[in-house]
Amino acid sequence: MTQVSMTVNGKAVSGDVEGRTLLSSFLRDHLSLTGTHVGCDTAQCGACVVHVNGEAVKSCNMLALEADGADVGTIEGQAAEDGSLNVIQQAFQDHHGLQCGFCTPGMVMSAAALLKDNPRPTEGEIRKYLEGNLCRCTGYHNIVKAIMAASGQDVSSIAAE
Amino acid sequence: MPKDSGIGASSKRREDVRFLTGAGNYTDDINVHGQAYVHFLRSDIAHGRITNIDTSAAEGMPGVVKVFTGKDFEGVGGMPCGWEVTDRHGAPMQEPPHPILAQGKVRHVGDPIAAVVADSLALARDAAEAIEVDIEELPAVLDMKAAAQDGATLVHDDLKNNICYDWHLGEEDNDKVNEVFANAAHVTTLDLVNNRLVANPMEPRVAVAEYSRGTDEYTLYTTSQNPHVIRLLMCAFVLGLPEHKVRVVAPDVGGGFGTKIFHYAEEAFCTFAAKACNRPVKWTSSRSEAFMSDAHGRDHVTTIELALDAENNFTGLRTNTHANLGAYLSTFSSSVPTWLHGTLMAGNYKTPVIQVNVRAMFTNTVPVDAYRGAGRPEATFQLERVIDKAARELGVDPIALRRQNFITQFPYDTPVALTYDTGDYNGTMDKLEAAADLSGFAARRAQSEANGKLRGLGVNCYIEACGIAPSNIVGMLGARAGLYDAATVRVNATGSISVMVGAHSHGQGHETAFPQVVADMIGIDESMVEIVHGDTSKIPFGMGTYGSRSLAVCGSAMVKATEKVIDKAKKIAAHLLEASEADIELKDGQFSVAGTDKSVAWGDVTLTAYVPHNYPLEVEPGLEETAFYDPANFTFPAGAYACEVEVDPETGQVSIEKFTAADDFGNIVNPMIVDGQVHGGIGQGIGQALLENCAYDENGQLLSASFMDYAMPRADDLPFYEVDHSSQTPCTHNPLGVKGCGEAGAIGSPPAVVNAVLDALNSGGKAVDHIDMPMSPSRVWTAMHS
Repeated sequence: MTQVSMTVNGKAVSGDVEGRTLLSSFLRDHLSLTGTHVGCDTAQCGACVVHVNGEAVKSCNMLALEADGADVGTIEGQAAEDGSLNVIQQAFQDHHGLQCGFCTPGMVMSAAALLKDNPRPTEGEIRKYLEGNLCRCTGYHNIVKAIMAASGQDVSSIAAE
Repeated sequence: MPKDSGIGASSKRREDVRFLTGAGNYTDDINVHGQAYVHFLRSDIAHGRITNIDTSAAEGMPGVVKVFTGKDFEGVGGMPCGWEVTDRHGAPMQEPPHPILAQGKVRHVGDPIAAVVADSLALARDAAEAIEVDIEELPAVLDMKAAAQDGATLVHDDLKNNICYDWHLGEEDNDKVNEVFANAAHVTTLDLVNNRLVANPMEPRVAVAEYSRGTDEYTLYTTSQNPHVIRLLMCAFVLGLPEHKVRVVAPDVGGGFGTKIFHYAEEAFCTFAAKACNRPVKWTSSRSEAFMSDAHGRDHVTTIELALDAENNFTGLRTNTHANLGAYLSTFSSSVPTWLHGTLMAGNYKTPVIQVNVRAMFTNTVPVDAYRGAGRPEATFQLERVIDKAARELGVDPIALRRQNFITQFPYDTPVALTYDTGDYNGTMDKLEAAADLSGFAARRAQSEANGKLRGLGVNCYIEACGIAPSNIVGMLGARAGLYDAATVRVNATGSISVMVGAHSHGQGHETAFPQVVADMIGIDESMVEIVHGDTSKIPFGMGTYGSRSLAVCGSAMVKATEKVIDKAKKIAAHLLEASEADIELKDGQFSVAGTDKSVAWGDVTLTAYVPHNYPLEVEPGLEETAFYDPANFTFPAGAYACEVEVDPETGQVSIEKFTAADDFGNIVNPMIVDGQVHGGIGQGIGQALLENCAYDENGQLLSASFMDYAMPRADDLPFYEVDHSSQTPCTHNPLGVKGCGEAGAIGSPPAVVNAVLDALNSGGKAVDHIDMPMSPSRVWTAMHS
């Protein structure tokens, strides 16, 4: 066991982990931050996306020890302290960008990383960026629409509500 | 103007807030104090005889609690099948045992041989590596037609052959069918494959079981679409436990699409092991494990023949299908190629003579069962593909050919056992033609051609039978369960309402849509109504969510229970208002005496029900009612879909340029949710048509056992969709007039995509009749150049 320390959602945390412990497991099993989901074992689905030092990272593909000293953000840290949703979360609700909710934390975290680098992405840029995030419920229509809306674009002409 | 609340409003989903903030409670988020972890040792060969299992080394490893093999389950029931199909000669289907852990033989890659329960998952996995298993490998049975031959290797040694049943529906007289085809002016024949798929909800399956020695009670948390069904099957048929000692909880479930209907061995194992180990036991499927243990979908091989007269009227239809059931009968597998498939072969058309023949086969593959649409996509695909081929052969417009043969009079008795209550197929096609701007297609094609691409338009119709189902009818057809549902409406003293429902929401938004109905009926705010689901200790016995049934069946039970509540509340209001019950009206949450200004508020009546001081003596206190609803018929959502593709003639790459759906779902409670259901279904249908394929090699190795090998649709594979559901013919036999919308997209979209690709190729001068799904670039390119 090795001690690992990091900042998660602004709070200093530490724990003893095995060398093989994944960051996703550290978040879920050690810190009980179960909003980060694990949907595959080959780093394809993106349900586990978190932010590590501001970058979107698949937490199933990173050892907890690799995140020692890092600033980690998870879905639990996205809403305001009073519980109000951030712009991306609110857009997902407004535009029905989620159904079962399992891929949603990863989608929101990926969308946040995209909009940080590209504040007004085109539909095509969003679709390309989400290549590492699978959703089985929505057919992506309302996810793409929600991200466009979250970036301040008028989505009223996009089919269906 | 769109409504802003109640039935017809696109109310935002209340469940979203917890999902968007990481506060959902999925089964893998549940940890029970002292829990141990199970890892299943699964067969890595498709077919073989187990000659020896040595678990001694594993049992001695650190942290190992107990190692189980098939021997531990001798005398315990196997996994049951919930539907007994009767073959064409009146004999019951062949029904082999399906043990929790393999006994004697392994029959597919992924078949569980042993299970290790240990203090951690890592220790369980390590110990499983130390189990020695000797297997005498046997030839794998894979090809369905070969499997049906005399002398074929048997998947199940005790069965007479690999044919589970040889079934037919429709016209029994072969001579009559032959005569129809002999007299036809034109016959179109098509061989096609409905490719094997894996449902792949994003949340893998999980089971957590605990047992209390003090009370002899079990709790199973599981990723299920129907917790009561799981409890009944597991208690009554597998483990022999009293239902009242078992609680099954399906909390937030991350998608189902059918594959979480079924009772799985892992659920029964964890429940059994929790007592045997005297510790809670948790199993979390990895995705790779899911590919070889979740029931698969589709996998039909069909020859379909369509007969037409000289005026292009459909005069006869005959199908011969081999349906793959895999190695064992999964819970509802036997019903999928039969009663959920053959009955839909009339489609939207008045074909007078139909004969459906299905051979269901055992093979050394993962069991196959219902996946979104379940039999209806297979039926729709065959029918809409053969019609399209007929139109091309005859040189007629495929839409006109369909319109000419539409059923236009309702109710309509099909030759394949259904009675369609209502529909307007021409009206729905009109909506499609407008929404898809079909008149502008020629210009879009010209533009594509100018860019060096072939553009194609594919149109098709679909019909489905949803709202499954009248219990007496499905009972006659072999179902071993009723298919009603139930709801309890519990009005609290202060007027808020808890509605306990048998339906289960795993993405469908019941927590938002169901309150819209109840609130609308009473005239109170939706936020006063809460839905409780997914816990057998809280909800009445309902059959759960599948087959697009939740609103049509459970919603109807909820309406009935709410009506009972309102009837009783009116009695109380009449007493308070000193009026006759017959004169009491309920509107906007106020009970009033007709023709007067006397009224009493909903909350005052509900409080009176629980503080019955000034109260009618003949009325029981309290305000809580339960209703069960058994549907009188299936519901028949129907629609017309249009897909436009561009094909790159250099590479065979297909790009979906435009996809339009016109659906008739009857009345609609929440249009936003309905659109979302259609989007998701179309995404899966396009996935089937272009990307997804569950592949085995000639030895029965599962080649597509991860997301690296199985092509799930990604955001940049799919377009925005145009969805129109303004064609509405309400269901005539349920109180809300609703039909169900959950599967339509997956049923209606694959033929549209294939028809579009073939239209593109033929427009480019390539005479291609058919390409099997998934239409990968290599398949399209090969078809263009063969």
